[in-house]
Amino acid sequence: MPDLKKQSPLGVYIEHCKKGELAYQVTADGKAVFYPRAVAPGTGSDKLEWRVSKGLGTVHATTVVHAKDKQPWNVALIDVDEGFRMMSRVEDIDPMAVKIGMRVKVRMHSAEEKQSPYPVFVPAEGGK
Amino acid sequence: MSRKRGSVAVVGAAESDLGLVAPDTSPTDLMAQATLRALDDCGLRLSDVDCVFATHSQSRMAVLELCEYLRINPRYYDSTTIGGSSFMSHLAHAQSAIENGDAEVAVIAYGSTQRSITRAAASSRVFNYYETPYRPFLPGSAYALAASRHMHQYGTTREQLAEVAVAARKWALMNPVAWEKEPLTIEQVLNARMVSYPFTVRDCCLVTDGGGAIVITSAVRAKSLGKKPAYVLGVGESIGHANISSMPDLTVTAAVESGKQAFKMAGLRQSDVDMLSLYDAFTITPILFLEDLGFCPKGEGGRFVSNGAIAPGGKLAVNTSGGGLSYCHPGMYGLLVIIEAVRQVRGECGARQVKDCEITLAHGNGGVLSSECTVIFGNDAAL
Repeated sequence: MPDLKKQSPLGVYIEHCKKGELAYQVTADGKAVFYPRAVAPGTGSDKLEWRVSKGLGTVHATTVVHAKDKQPWNVALIDVDEGFRMMSRVEDIDPMAVKIGMRVKVRMHSAEEKQSPYPVFVPAEGGK
Repeated sequence: MSRKRGSVAVVGAAESDLGLVAPDTSPTDLMAQATLRALDDCGLRLSDVDCVFATHSQSRMAVLELCEYLRINPRYYDSTTIGGSSFMSHLAHAQSAIENGDAEVAVIAYGSTQRSITRAAASSRVFNYYETPYRPFLPGSAYALAASRHMHQYGTTREQLAEVAVAARKWALMNPVAWEKEPLTIEQVLNARMVSYPFTVRDCCLVTDGGGAIVITSAVRAKSLGKKPAYVLGVGESIGHANISSMPDLTVTAAVESGKQAFKMAGLRQSDVDMLSLYDAFTITPILFLEDLGFCPKGEGGRFVSNGAIAPGGKLAVNTSGGGLSYCHPGMYGLLVIIEAVRQVRGECGARQVKDCEITLAHGNGGVLSSECTVIFGNDAAL
């Protein structure tokens, strides 16, 4: 069990983000866990290992958010190849052109004033 | 399951003032007003109340505030907060409390001033590192993501989503207290301001003030009161997830389970239900609930609602109040979902009354398709 006085699951995740890595956890039997947790969902096991994703995935669901005086932006759920789903957005493409089933790869969004870096996605070359 | 079909009944039901209330009105003002109206409705008094359920988004301790305001000291209370379905859950818990002898007369209350003070001020959101940076418009974008899957997997169209909004509007025009007063067409829904694709603002519930209260007591005591009881024939509760990125299947909600429980307890089938009150936060939700509650096969919801099927004169009466889309949506709208189902089974709905309405179903949804609770009501004939 991680010592939560020393390190939080989110803290570890953000440290990976700062290195440009999309991190996730796996259970003892190899099942991917996301978002990161102190114990494994379902079993309560503390045998959770950190892994770094290869950063490839598929768009599972997509929407485009519209707000006053702003360019519309994409919000998507991405099924990452290692077997977990996460919310993100697909960039470098018209947000309405983001389609379910599209192959995407991760890109780390740089830290901003009050926001640590976080993973976004862009279309994967060659649709791989 | 310990709860018994028909052991308790909703005997009083009332809305607070709805729409836009006076400046500085509090949610507790609205809860208290609705509570007294609901007690008046059945001829009970504040001193009869020994059980209180309340929650809202503008304070953390709604039960304490309501009981202080009314100066009552219930022996049983509960503030379960699972979003818009909280009140169906309260009703199930009230039934258990009454059956167990822990309470005799329960009040469930809700109030919100979200139109007056803005939605952002009325329900603050927790920062979630795994979602917030992506700036989803919540809760709308979560429902939009679910809709995108439904469209992808089942061919559901924006026109079919719009049918839900148009049907709600037609019903609302028959409800004197509904917020919306003008007709609405499918084209108007499609061409309205886009909020979170595929939803325009007309695919989204209203942002209004309002609240309500219901009074529940044992079936035995209900028979001695002034109004026709709306017996609780079945209840079901189920939770799925908290955040949309953790929803196991975006096209299947926990209503599958809550509906199964409620129908099993009631000993009824879908074809027995005369009217449905389905939480319509967004146009996709009645479509999902018609499927998950067994009124049509999975994936067929969009086609099911087409051609005015759930509008006045259609094949199934759904959301006769005008729903959250056109009648009133003060944040956690579930209590008003219950009130319309109670009124229909009591035959009080005037121009929009469903003929020979003996059995109604109220389905609540909370969070982002997160918590699903179902209640089936019946009148004397259905008991």
